[in-house]
Amino acid sequence: MSRTAVVVVSHSKQLAVGVRELALQMARGSNSVWAVGGTDDGGIGTSAHAIHGALVEALEHCDEAVVLMDLGSAHLNTEIAIEMLEDSLQRRVSMADAPLVEGAILAVVSAAGDAGSAEVRARAEDARQMNKIM
Amino acid sequence: MPGAHAVSTFVERFAAAVDAHSQELTELDSAIGDADHGINLQRGMRAAVERLPENGAPPAAILKAVASALISKTGGASGPLYGTAFLRASQAVAGCDVLEPRDVARMFRAALDGIHERGKAEPGDKTMVDAFTPAVDALEAGVARGDDLRTALSAAAEAASAGSDATIPLVARKGRASYLGERSREHRDPGSRSAALLFAAAAEALAE
Repeated sequence: MSRTAVVVVSHSKQLAVGVRELALQMARGSNSVWAVGGTDDGGIGTSAHAIHGALVEALEHCDEAVVLMDLGSAHLNTEIAIEMLEDSLQRRVSMADAPLVEGAILAVVSAAGDAGSAEVRARAEDARQMNKIM
Repeated sequence: MPGAHAVSTFVERFAAAVDAHSQELTELDSAIGDADHGINLQRGMRAAVERLPENGAPPAAILKAVASALISKTGGASGPLYGTAFLRASQAVAGCDVLEPRDVARMFRAALDGIHERGKAEPGDKTMVDAFTPAVDALEAGVARGDDLRTALSAAAEAASAGSDATIPLVARKGRASYLGERSREHRDPGSRSAALLFAAAAEALAE
């Protein structure tokens, strides 16, 4: 396990799992990436309870966690999930304001290099400056 | 003065209005969003009614149960937004068995503050805030003038409805509709419509 967990939150379970899969190609053997997506009944959406569950699990294994999110309610429900944690756990979680796919890859690579959460979050947010077409 | 029974009735009336308008809300959301507002809020409010506490629970406990149901069952952004609104409303009336007009005003102001903090939307962004803000302003103004709750809440419901109408010409700056840019113009914001339903339910149930 690395010091920092990366938690991927999407409206779609398949998208979350796919982003984790893609990111892990760049960090083979990492077991510190969690993917959570969809509503509790399997629909498109996000669930504060499911995100909370992933955070609790991530923080059992890693010192800190950085969350990457896709659209609107993913952020709102992640905030609620963090507020549902005990104070001592809340301090160990932060959210990255980054594009999901590129951000997750940068975060996972950084976390696999044993970076702390501030560095992992900063690396994820670097994705906002990256050009896809040069 | 409204007490626990009136607060439960308010929740049931809002749930019934969401049920009755579910298709309309979803149609509004399919024009400028992800077509799930009606179905999501319907699922959340049905769960809220199922989880209403037994008789004897104070208003704050009823509102907290609604918040929890909305947060766990809704799915879209309306879950955390309305959930936070009901949670803050609950905290604002903690310890009250009956609600004086000023308690009702404080409750809805706290709900709006919660929505604002959670969603960061400002008036004019084409969101539920555009209905909620004038409604709370009208309610507070009425209570400050000494109007009875029936009058103040009727004014709030009218202001919410007018606020929703006023979203039609706006370009969305928050929420899923903001991805549409100019194409979001000439459509009513679905969240503003459900907020207007909420204040109509409050005017019916809390005015006694």
